[in-house]
Amino acid sequence: MLRRKPGEKHRIELTVNGRRMAGHAEPRMLLVDFLRHELRLYGTHVGCEHGVCGACTVIIDGRATRSCVRYAVQCDGAEIRTVEGLAAGEDLNALQQAFSRHAALQCGFCTAGILMSVTQFLAETPRPTEAQVRDMLSGHICRCTGYEGMVRAILEVAHSSAEA
Amino acid sequence: MKPVAFEYCRPDSIEEALELLVEFGGDASVMAGGMSLGAMLNMRLVRPRAVIDINRIAALAETRREGAVFETGATLRQADALASAAVAAAVPLLRLALPHVGHYQTRSRGTLGGSAAHADPSAEIPLCLVALGGEIELRSRRRSRRVAAREFFHGVLTTSRAPDELVTKLAWPAHKPGRRYAFEEIAQRLGDYAIAAAACAVELDSAGKIAFLALGFGGIEDRPFAVDAKAFIGAKAAAATFQALVADAASKTTPLEDLQASAAYRRQLMRVLGQRVLQRAFDESARKH
Ligand SMILES: Cc1cc2nc3c(=O)[nH]c(=O)nc-3n(C[C@@H](O)[C@H](O)[C@H](O)COP(=O)(O)OP(=O)(O)OC[C@H]3O[C@@H](n4cnc5c(N)ncnc54)[C@H](O)[C@@H]3O)c2cc1C
Ligand code: FES
Ligand code: FES
Repeated sequence: MLRRKPGEKHRIELTVNGRRMAGHAEPRMLLVDFLRHELRLYGTHVGCEHGVCGACTVIIDGRATRSCVRYAVQCDGAEIRTVEGLAAGEDLNALQQAFSRHAALQCGFCTAGILMSVTQFLAETPRPTEAQVRDMLSGHICRCTGYEGMVRAILEVAHSSAEA
Repeated sequence: MKPVAFEYCRPDSIEEALELLVEFGGDASVMAGGMSLGAMLNMRLVRPRAVIDINRIAALAETRREGAVFETGATLRQADALASAAVAAAVPLLRLALPHVGHYQTRSRGTLGGSAAHADPSAEIPLCLVALGGEIELRSRRRSRRVAAREFFHGVLTTSRAPDELVTKLAWPAHKPGRRYAFEEIAQRLGDYAIAAAACAVELDSAGKIAFLALGFGGIEDRPFAVDAKAFIGAKAAAATFQALVADAASKTTPLEDLQASAAYRRQLMRVLGQRVLQRAFDESARKH
């Protein structure tokens, strides 16, 4: 059994985007704050901090999920993927390019979370229907775009990778 | 916001978790998926001295068939239940309801037991358990017991769970040949909590009469409830029967009233959704005969 007192720092070792990383967190530290302030990965955004808006969504051990209602201490040994892992240097991946092409983002606040949801979703459902895409997007709030560009971008990426 | 400072405990077994519940004497929060608890912690609606993280207790995530009962461990994830062929075969009603529980990104972590322990009046999983007449297994250092779902839910976020008890399993009456199911809800947006939801399990006899009927509603009152349909067993499975049954049930409820819906609107939804699920399930039964 692991026990950590209130305020007591726990050393957390985990894999983020394929790299071994480590940092310290007291029990109440949100995973998203740990990613941003301990690991200095500022790509993941924080919105509502109660699981509703989806801005903080990352992939933890192969599941797209909220990082604002997960605590860093819970993630010792976890394998996490964040938006920083998508592009190869300056080269955006196919999904990011499609988002850009279809104006699937405007201010970008919601985008990091959505890209991670979509990444995991397409790994599980490589040929989704439009209804499935919209259902998956229901877990994200975007105040700018109206979602239509996202739906087009996601379907385009799914179809082109299915052909390849 | 950020939670108050708490002690973090991660037990490796059910026994360790039960010890901790005694040690903190009710001043600890059990953390399952965290999809509801995380919000309550971050908003400081709860300020526990300790959080007991049960996610690494392997024994809590198992499913198993015990005769006529299908058991799902408390920390079985909603997404895993949705993808499970065993769940779909044993508890078809749950399979129909799960796509309505939150979103892809919350089902990936949220658990069946957490939803039951949380006891939101609109939650789909408690509704299915109540409609089917299932049970909740609770364990503490003192005892192990099973409580009928129809008695477990007391009101908004309140259940008969004692502070030292852990929800360890949900016990579902398993599917019987010939039984058919339907689930319907009305929510503002996809994945939102239901304003009203209806769930049923039905069976026809060879003469087209009602042989079995279980019907439950969620989101209407402060807890999910099952309708007493005894008087309708043996009646003809027809729209007029469903209408009479649902109108009778609706007249006996005291619906919640909130910003989303008035009591009158909820009662109306109850009639409409009730009739719809019964019609659909009986139509399917008739096709199989
Ligand atoms: C955006 C969003 C939308 C949602 N929409 C819906 C919806 O439409 N329908 C719906 O039903 N739910 C919905 N939810 C909530 C659902 O996702 C949660 O999974 C569920 O309410 C709680 O399950 P959990 O495993 O996350 O439990 P937690 O959040 O970990 O715990 C919830 C409560 O139960 C207690 N608890 C948990 N497990 C146990 C146990 N084994 N023994 C004793 N006590 C325990 C906790 O202490 C806490 O008080 C939504 C959540 C979000 C964030
Ligand atoms: S910040 Fe996590 S869901 Fe909004
Ligand atoms: S692009 Fe601004 S919130 Fe989505």
